[in-house]
Amino acid sequence: MSVSIAPPGRADKPGFSAEALVSLRADMLRFAQLQLRNRETAEDMVQEAIEGALRNASSFAGNSSLKTWVFAILRNRIVDHLRQAGRTVSMSSLVDDGDDWQERVEAMFTERGHWRDDSRPAPWPDPEESMQNRQFWLVFETCLDHLPENTGRVFMMREFLGLEAQEICAQLGISTSNCHVILHRARLKLRGCMGAGWGYSGGAKC
Amino acid sequence: MLTCKQVTELCSQEMDRQLRLVERLSLRSHLMMCSGCSNYRRQLFTLREVARAYADGRAVVTSAPEPSE
Repeated sequence: MSVSIAPPGRADKPGFSAEALVSLRADMLRFAQLQLRNRETAEDMVQEAIEGALRNASSFAGNSSLKTWVFAILRNRIVDHLRQAGRTVSMSSLVDDGDDWQERVEAMFTERGHWRDDSRPAPWPDPEESMQNRQFWLVFETCLDHLPENTGRVFMMREFLGLEAQEICAQLGISTSNCHVILHRARLKLRGCMGAGWGYSGGAKC
Repeated sequence: MLTCKQVTELCSQEMDRQLRLVERLSLRSHLMMCSGCSNYRRQLFTLREVARAYADGRAVVTSAPEPSE
């Protein structure tokens, strides 16, 4: 893996080398594993993405970072895999995902459906600054990993892979309204976790 | 009149489907009066922005390469 495989005429595109690709492997693996929750499948996806990147080195334009480029390849690979795998979870496991849901909602809202004082959302600071911080991303990964498996899967199909909610529902064989419920739960939980983990909390006045 | 709980559901659906006119209007009138729900809605957009950045490989490296590999 010591040979630089930048093709001729691409010497002005620094950053493309097998070593550079391999150095991204750990980040790619975590990204894949968060979504697939299966180490072996995640490793296969990453391996295929790296091989695909090496084969298509000439299409690396160099105007985005190598990591962004190879992550796009990885995302496509994961989308293909999910489409081929088809319906891999049962509807009941999706609906049952997260038994603490009722308690969580009761803790946030009064019986009349309004925010309780200590849970009313306060503004978050500018995310641009947070996103420069390594700790922020650790919190983000941890929060995603703590979503119930299928809830997390639906959320990441929507927000990481950019699939339309309709396609996700169809693939998983669930109704549109269930899909919306799952995405709502995912966002509410993730927001709560990020708020707590990143110190974005406090009550605002309505 | 929507409750805050219903508004959080609608704010999520807004990110996945086109809301009907009546939904948009009732959402807007609630948000004008409720800073908690307005903050919630902005936070959902922030989560989307953060998730996209992550999926785009723009996260600051979160771990050193695994030495075993």
